[in-house]
Amino acid sequence: MKTLEELKVVRDSMKGEVALRTHGNASSKYERHVLVCGGTGCTSSGSPKIIEELEKEFAANGLTDKVQIVKTGCFGLCERGPIMIVYPEGSFYSRVKVDEIPRIVKEHLVEGNPVKEFLYEETVAGDEIKSLDDTSFYKKQHRVALRNCGVINPENINEYIGRDGYAALGKVLTEMTPEDVIQTILDSGLRGRGGGGFSTGMKWKLARNIVPNADQKYVCCNADEGDPGAFMDRSVLEGDPHVVLEAMTIAGYAIGASQGYIYVRAEYPIAVERLNIAIKQSRENGMLGKNIFGTDFCFDIDLRLGAGAFVCGEETALMTSIEGNRGEPRPRPPFPAEKGLFQKPTILNNVETYANIPQIILNGADWFASMGTEKSKGTKVFALGGKIKNTGLVEVPMGTTLREVIEEIGGGIPNGKKFKAAQTGGPSGGCIDASNFDIPIDYDNLIGIGSMMGSGGLIVMDEDNCMVDIAKFFLEFTVDESCGKCTPCRIGTKRMWEILDKITKGKGTLEDLDKLEELAYHIKANSLCGLGQTAPNPVLSTLRCFRDEYIAHVVDKKCPAGVCKDLLSFEINKDSCIGCGMCAKQCPASAISRTDYIAPGKKLAAMEIDKNKCVKCGACIATCKFKAIIKK
Amino acid sequence: MNSAKSTVPFKGTPEQEAELLKVIEEKKNDKGSLMPILQKAQEIYGYLPIEVQAIISDNTGIPLEKIYGVVTFYAQFSLYPKGEYTISVCLGTACYVKGSGDIYNKLQEKLGIGGGECTPDGKFSLDACRCIGACGLAPVLTVNEDVYGRLTVDDVDKILEKYA
Repeated sequence: MKTLEELKVVRDSMKGEVALRTHGNASSKYERHVLVCGGTGCTSSGSPKIIEELEKEFAANGLTDKVQIVKTGCFGLCERGPIMIVYPEGSFYSRVKVDEIPRIVKEHLVEGNPVKEFLYEETVAGDEIKSLDDTSFYKKQHRVALRNCGVINPENINEYIGRDGYAALGKVLTEMTPEDVIQTILDSGLRGRGGGGFSTGMKWKLARNIVPNADQKYVCCNADEGDPGAFMDRSVLEGDPHVVLEAMTIAGYAIGASQGYIYVRAEYPIAVERLNIAIKQSRENGMLGKNIFGTDFCFDIDLRLGAGAFVCGEETALMTSIEGNRGEPRPRPPFPAEKGLFQKPTILNNVETYANIPQIILNGADWFASMGTEKSKGTKVFALGGKIKNTGLVEVPMGTTLREVIEEIGGGIPNGKKFKAAQTGGPSGGCIDASNFDIPIDYDNLIGIGSMMGSGGLIVMDEDNCMVDIAKFFLEFTVDESCGKCTPCRIGTKRMWEILDKITKGKGTLEDLDKLEELAYHIKANSLCGLGQTAPNPVLSTLRCFRDEYIAHVVDKKCPAGVCKDLLSFEINKDSCIGCGMCAKQCPASAISRTDYIAPGKKLAAMEIDKNKCVKCGACIATCKFKAIIKK
Repeated sequence: MNSAKSTVPFKGTPEQEAELLKVIEEKKNDKGSLMPILQKAQEIYGYLPIEVQAIISDNTGIPLEKIYGVVTFYAQFSLYPKGEYTISVCLGTACYVKGSGDIYNKLQEKLGIGGGECTPDGKFSLDACRCIGACGLAPVLTVNEDVYGRLTVDDVDKILEKYA
């Protein structure tokens, strides 16, 4: 596509098609579009087979030319996958099974009646079918970065163009100077979505101006989403890879670079495949390569795969990994904006940061700045996971409260359990307890309460999770992932883990809690990179919010949540036990035997656990149908 | 760690070597080519023993000790062969909070091996993996390309039977 006019022609021809899926002015050559989620989660749950079955049924019912099947990216409500949405009605079929397809095809696609019993219950109100936008999961969301996920086929560049794709790039190259672009991003208030929260506009400005006449500059994308529990970036890459390509090209124009690299985790094979397809289509259509849109500007993008090192999400480690070295960070200054990849000025931005750029260019800085809070503009994508009813991906304006995210959008805690804490920021972050439920989420507020925004992973924990065990879990992760270069991180985190291990095994002392805090402050102050500097955060924040839980472990030698095995004793309530002996049969340690005691109203003598032999595996509890065995 | 890991002799074929040499020839002049070359080499051989590292060193001019340093740094690069079926249990936060640790322990018990090891018959190898991003399905494990989600400890036997 050499000119903007050609781009417009494609856009106008596709606009009507794609609009069928967004309740806009639709003019599709198909009666209906059936969208099936092709993200990792739904693919693992069998969505490819669903597509196969749809194709089969369509052929049998003469629908192949009348109804379009579209494989899209993530719709967000992963808890309900595999997901299928039929437009123009917007019928949301949840937890779709292959054997439900024939009926859906017949009753809905041929006869025109959506099959209510297969729909997401919250959309069905008596005879009426509610719009998805009215459900509690979607009502408060505002999808900017995720705008195209679940709407377009990510493997078709024309659908991206139909949703105004590459119009921002066109505008930038023909109507704006690099300084205009940088000023727009600065004015929007966009801050890095990878967790650092650094002003994106400032980063680009520095890269443009510190070494203005560099012979080569680089634009990098950090797609090494390593925080366990985070899948925001994966969903953008799988559902809308072109938005990243377009944004990187805009960034290249802004700072004066001609080459970009996307460093993506190898653990995301679907994302890698979609990126490869997108890059190929972009090159074929002239959006990457020489003289883009007939201007002097040239830019190309290559993919580099990670190899399983969490630390390579750190900017200098990422760059040295691309260069073919061990992923060890280095001291700064010099900052990458001055000397980065291959010693040249480089910017590195997160996937979600890039996903916001084209919209900011098209709608203006004021539009973006009108959302969010004073210092945190725009929206944020969160990956809701753990003990919550609606696991999945949500995008909300900054300033939304934790209560809204967890109780309204997330649907609350399942199984009638009580909320205990929410972890943000992964292994670098901290826990937020119920007392902060109404805090508006933004970068500064979260730091103020001892946590951090992080990349967006939000793990919810309930009364059955032990916060000491969780702190130990995170430290185990950072000990494993530490690159080993600097002493405070390499050795300090290990020592902290050892203390936590002692505590969970009932051998901790009050002095150990002081030692933990002292170690934590030293490691934070002296580590070379963000991994070490933030590794103690989960420990510090759980110590602050759940100190009594630590004290129970250390003084009473008890685990209130019932998790730390060495602190639990398994006991049979002799009055509830009916003496069936099933527990003894299951016990791998032969620790259960019969007593002489026959409880009132029972026929057989009760069973009893020998605490010296018990290995606390829990097999007995799982077997007992009378709830007679408890762990305390 | 037991000695099952280090006693498997290198069985590289001339075809594999030819394929590797082709990859090196294509990529060696790209900037930062070592990582992509190692990734392709592991696809060809299944792992990266010192013999393969030496071939790469001889044909790229990169010192063997540097290549060894890179291979041992990254979790994805394996110096040891994997089993016919590699089981990876996700121990990421969302899965852990929903009990994947217990599933991992059950697998170790059932297969009689620890993490990072391979059963003596070469059938199964077991690893804990970092978050694979399917957190909506927690807890999750993979066996080669197949992903199993929403698991309980009782599902372990059924899954192992499928590959018996």
